[in-house]
Amino acid sequence: MNNPEKLALVEGQPVQLYAKREPVFNKRIDGKFRRIKWAIMVACLAIYWITPWIRWDRGPYSPDQAVLIDLAHRRFYMFGIEIWPQEFYFVAGLLIMAGIGLFLITSAVGRAWCGYACPQTVWTDLFQHVDRFFDGDRNARFRLYKAPWGPAKIARRLAKWSVYLLISFATGGAWIFYFADAPTLQHEFWTGTAAPVAYGTTLVLTLTTFVLGGFMREQVCIYMCPWPRIQTAMLDEKSLIVTYKDWRGEPRGSLKKAQKNPGEFGDCIDCDQCVAVCPTGVDIRKGPDIGCITCALCIDACDRVMKETGRPRGLIDYATLDDAVQEKAGKPPTRHLKLIWRPRTLVYFGVWSTIGLGLLFLLGTRVHTDLNVSKDRNPPFMLMSDGSVRNAYAVRLRNMEGRPREMEITIEGLPGAVMWSDDMSRDQAGRKLVRKVTADETQSLHVYVVAPADMAAQDFAFKLQAAGQEREQDMQDVQFDAPGETP
Amino acid sequence: MANKSRIDEATQTETVGHEWDGIEELNTPLPRWWLWTFYACIVFAIGYVVVYPAIPMGQKATEGTLGWTSRGQLKAEMTAAEAGRARTLELIAATPIESLAGNPQLLSAARAGGAAAFKVNCVQCHGSGAAGSSGYPNLNDDDWLWGGDLASIHQTLLHGIRQPGDDQTRTSMMPAFGKDGILTPAQVDDAASFVLSLSGKEKPSPASQRGKATFEVNCAACHGIDGKGGRPFGAPNLADAIGLYGTARADVVKQITAPRHGVMPAWGGRLDPVTIKMLAVYVHSLGGGEDFAAAPVAAATPAPTQTGPAEAGHEQP
Repeated sequence: MNNPEKLALVEGQPVQLYAKREPVFNKRIDGKFRRIKWAIMVACLAIYWITPWIRWDRGPYSPDQAVLIDLAHRRFYMFGIEIWPQEFYFVAGLLIMAGIGLFLITSAVGRAWCGYACPQTVWTDLFQHVDRFFDGDRNARFRLYKAPWGPAKIARRLAKWSVYLLISFATGGAWIFYFADAPTLQHEFWTGTAAPVAYGTTLVLTLTTFVLGGFMREQVCIYMCPWPRIQTAMLDEKSLIVTYKDWRGEPRGSLKKAQKNPGEFGDCIDCDQCVAVCPTGVDIRKGPDIGCITCALCIDACDRVMKETGRPRGLIDYATLDDAVQEKAGKPPTRHLKLIWRPRTLVYFGVWSTIGLGLLFLLGTRVHTDLNVSKDRNPPFMLMSDGSVRNAYAVRLRNMEGRPREMEITIEGLPGAVMWSDDMSRDQAGRKLVRKVTADETQSLHVYVVAPADMAAQDFAFKLQAAGQEREQDMQDVQFDAPGETP
Repeated sequence: MANKSRIDEATQTETVGHEWDGIEELNTPLPRWWLWTFYACIVFAIGYVVVYPAIPMGQKATEGTLGWTSRGQLKAEMTAAEAGRARTLELIAATPIESLAGNPQLLSAARAGGAAAFKVNCVQCHGSGAAGSSGYPNLNDDDWLWGGDLASIHQTLLHGIRQPGDDQTRTSMMPAFGKDGILTPAQVDDAASFVLSLSGKEKPSPASQRGKATFEVNCAACHGIDGKGGRPFGAPNLADAIGLYGTARADVVKQITAPRHGVMPAWGGRLDPVTIKMLAVYVHSLGGGEDFAAAPVAAATPAPTQTGPAEAGHEQP
């Protein structure tokens, strides 16, 4: 299959270092996988655009947006869950789950993420439908592409690119609503009073969507994205990939040829429909390809042709390399469900679900009250004029509830000791302090603990008890220093 | 190396012509847009070199046409930070020091500002923890020579102690009873016994009995008949557990014989009034402050949340 023209180029002329993009004019197709792709696309876009507008009542002290990444106040809200900066491990855990989830998906069903749910795929698909709406199907688009630039072509292109831009703007503009109250920001955005970063983010994301979705398309997958490269290393003979069953299809021959010479040709009638519908311009019949995102549109196309020519479906189908060997030997392929039951997938699932369950457990058992005490080390203790000894502590009371709460701090141990804080007089010192902590805030106190003169250095504890039905509490052991030898 | 390029059958792409143990490398052409991106980067780099400082010229780099410098940026940021603080500082300046406690937010800002100024101006003598050392008062305790309420501390800060040339400075002088021969060494010893018995460091003894008489004649005028000191003269309380120059017998004898007198500079002319006010608030808040006005005990103190007190003086962006 050597191409004489190309060989001549290699031998005689300088090597071509750069190649122009081969434009893809993928044909409209309908079928089982196209419908799955539609459903996932609609779901993904809906989730993306609608999520920030969902309201969630958290009471008068917290925002009522269901999903909100409040960077200014360092809070992350997701429906009933509120995450504080020190609990960022929840987000880290989710990101790790997302990463392992990709491994899991790849191990179980191949490049399904690439083919159906990846934003690049979803938006490319959307833009290709815009192409089809303005310029017609494959052949019409190809003709328009070849046609010289004239008023009609310019007008069409401008109209199409305007819609590209509109979609891109809607995409880039929706992103910012995750970071502020959506209705307020929407109003500010249109009245020109939003923060500059909102306009900047919208501009950048509009442009990237416009360029990556409108023009770069499959080149993002082939040249830019690291994920296909990683997947190349992850796929093995048990991975589900879109496979052209060459043992069944070869040698190819048109319907006419096949009728003339029955028995001489395979099932493939060389109609090129699989290439025509491919959104990345791959010819799957050449074998596994990094450009193949396994969207299965070629399966839809081939199934339709097979049906029309009265041959069994599945000449192109999801199959593993093992299946290829088995089918060639005349044995039935492994059932896809059975493919999932292999150690690699199970280990990925185990790790993935362990992290998930761990996060759920932490989420369910976490306390919305926290006491944090750090002792002043300079000076470690202080002799008072009456001979008593004072230690100072930086105390932080955390109220993670969306309502103000009364919190009571008491001294556990250290008999005879009393405490007061820097916002009150020593005359009011006692073994108990009560503070009202603002909703969803941390309050800092400088607490002085004074113990009688003969008190030896020892450990004691601060106990925090929140008012309310749950009576949440926290305790922290601290050191009390005194003159003389430490025990 | 001989050119063994050939067209790879599966991909219809030429190979680079090398072979390692049967492994060959495809010479896949780069996408054209990649080339344009590369050119765009070169253009950007040229533009960057023109508008920003870039090429080292020995002493300094070329100045970009924008005139940007890192120092200039720092200056702008500092100015912006100062502008952000200005409002709070104005409010503190306008509020009488006694009424600051009525405004918890302002009080906490003043405390933070005072803490910062303390670390620059006061730690040299009083120590970073304000715990002082021999001869330099500990500001954390409840023993005050000249008064521990906000106004007194403020006054001390403004005019200093024994500051030459400041007619409002706090000043007093203890006679050198031993050195100047006012008391004999034996009398000094007896007086020391009495002083130490006041604070309970020594048990009453015949010596302290004799010292009592000496004390009443020579010392009680300033330190009081019960030795509890007198703030108008900065006379220390001798009956408490704290001694500025130490509480051992030798320390007391030494101080009666030839007293030392600490000097604190008057900060009035050196620091601006707001800083001095904030310093007074900070020192008052260290745990020994007296006369707490309008203490908001159970009130919801709008704490500056996660930022902590250190940043409370800055306005939130």
